[in-house]
Amino acid sequence: MTRWNVILSIAKTHLLAKIKQTTTAALGVTFGIGAYITLVCFMTGLNKMLDDLILNQTPHVHIFNEIEPSEKQPVDLYQGFTEAMHVVHSIKPKQNQKRIYNALPLLHHLNGSEGVRGAIPQVQTQIFYISGAIELGGNLTGIDVMKEVALFNFDDYIVKGSPQALQQNENGILLGAGIAKKMSLQVGNRVQVSNSKGELFPLKIVGIFQSGIAELDDIQSFANLKTVQRVLGEPENYITDINLKLYDMEDAIPLAQKIERQFGLKAIDINTANAQFETGTTIRNLITYAVSITLLIVAGFGIYNILNMLIYEKMNDIAILKATGFSGKDVQLIFMSQAVIIGLVGGIAGLLMGMGLSFVIDQTPFETEALPTINTYPVNHNPTFYIIGIVFAMIATFLAGYLPSRKAKKIDPVRIIRGQ
Amino acid sequence: MEKVLETKNIDKFFRKPVPFHVLKDINFSIHKGEFTSIMGKSGCGKSTLLYILSTMDTDYTGELYLKGELVTGLDPARLSHIRNKDIGFVFQFHYLLSEFSVLENVMLPARKLGLLSPEEIEHDAMQKLKILEIDHLYKKRASRISGGEKQRVAIARALINNPSIIMGDEPTGNLDSYNADNVFNIFQQLSDEQGLSLLVVTHDQDFANRTDRIIEMSDGRILPATPKAHGILQ
Repeated sequence: MTRWNVILSIAKTHLLAKIKQTTTAALGVTFGIGAYITLVCFMTGLNKMLDDLILNQTPHVHIFNEIEPSEKQPVDLYQGFTEAMHVVHSIKPKQNQKRIYNALPLLHHLNGSEGVRGAIPQVQTQIFYISGAIELGGNLTGIDVMKEVALFNFDDYIVKGSPQALQQNENGILLGAGIAKKMSLQVGNRVQVSNSKGELFPLKIVGIFQSGIAELDDIQSFANLKTVQRVLGEPENYITDINLKLYDMEDAIPLAQKIERQFGLKAIDINTANAQFETGTTIRNLITYAVSITLLIVAGFGIYNILNMLIYEKMNDIAILKATGFSGKDVQLIFMSQAVIIGLVGGIAGLLMGMGLSFVIDQTPFETEALPTINTYPVNHNPTFYIIGIVFAMIATFLAGYLPSRKAKKIDPVRIIRGQ
Repeated sequence: MEKVLETKNIDKFFRKPVPFHVLKDINFSIHKGEFTSIMGKSGCGKSTLLYILSTMDTDYTGELYLKGELVTGLDPARLSHIRNKDIGFVFQFHYLLSEFSVLENVMLPARKLGLLSPEEIEHDAMQKLKILEIDHLYKKRASRISGGEKQRVAIARALINNPSIIMGDEPTGNLDSYNADNVFNIFQQLSDEQGLSLLVVTHDQDFANRTDRIIEMSDGRILPATPKAHGILQ
């Protein structure tokens, strides 16, 4: 027979009578949960931004033709020397073309493959930027700009101008921010590039590109596929790289291996390319959770302490309640509900505090050269964190209340009453 | 006459600090409407007996009957319910929950019992306070009233569920003679007018002499009943 209204009204009276202690205990929970929410929102926001920075830019599988020496030299193939040890000096890479052989049918095939969101071609080449008498070395990459935007958020890195402007201009170029600065060039200016044969091509700057990686921005520029093919004097089927974006990143490794086997090309998957990056994310998450859980455990001990003290102070009350017909379970519930009320009030206040803080962080200016698209600190407002926070607060306070309340349940009223 | 309380062969031992046979073969009964006092020297076991009778102490051998029902060996939750419903308790100290108002203190056992609506309980509680002439204090915090008033509030609380028996452990021990007299008169009145059974442990010979019956204890035993006149002659 549990009379909840009686138990709750006793719990309420106890809590209100000791409002200072109650507030202290609740504040412990508030700060624990508030710090957890702030930390988690901020850290995962940061993680997500870094993930996006790399993942959006990086193809899940990058296919190209690598220049490397043949694994099997002719001497390995000759049957007469199978028992012998071969020593070949000064191995040179095989005479090979940079282009991917039969690239257009391959693209078509990959675009139709299962799990592939898109396969887009690139033409990469080394060029010189001509500025007066000075020649600056650099890379020019021919891209299908609208597809790059769709699959790899390419527009995030165009700080001036637009991808459409490039799309519409046969002689347009998206100049790297570093080069533009070195050569004092603006959008609308012209820049001359020369290919390895020394032929000059005047291109119009339709935009400025900034990846946030200075080394890249100092050399890299983008133009349309056709433009680069024309610079190189190559036909339309001249493709040097194919980038794949998959629906599921986990498929990258098997797919890369399959492509290498099937087509004799080099295929690098994202996990191999960014192995250290994944580790960083895991460790950051680990730190976030370790700190948050520590905070909540500290808050839990605060509640445990205060309830313990309260129970010592309330020995007489407990004895009277038991003498007038409240069972041990009733008494336990009185103290448990105090813990749960502290947890609930403190927890909700903590959620509000965390929400407030993370919105403040969200509004804090964060300007950095490296991240052209970010103006404020990144924060991930995910409701899941709030649910985890309040559930954890309830569990922690429940456990912190359970042990002291069990002691209250076991108090023998006769000993207290006679002891005085 | 109906027996409210009956004991059969109750024995109790204290094991700590040394084994001690504190109650020896206690047999007696209390009838409905009887105002009984238990007297004896300090350490004779009278308080120990009272706590066994109140069902709070369950560590004894023998049998305890309340309203003809065996309560020995019942589970703690059931015993709590019996204490709540059938036994009213008045202590020497530990009167009230100090953070609650007088009215709330009186209402608590009834709210625990939960048979009546909150309005009915409040009405009953006010009525009990009125009987004890302290209804004007109902709003005050229990810690803000005098000792004599506190004891009367405690009696009102003991009465709230209309128990079968009221037990008191030196209920006047901590009061001056005026207030002690007052409390005795209240008990007397309850016994006479409402037919309530009362069992009071006391040191106070005058108090005991005015009750219907005295149970004298010595060294853990109940002494053979002495006629009341005998006590007065002494």
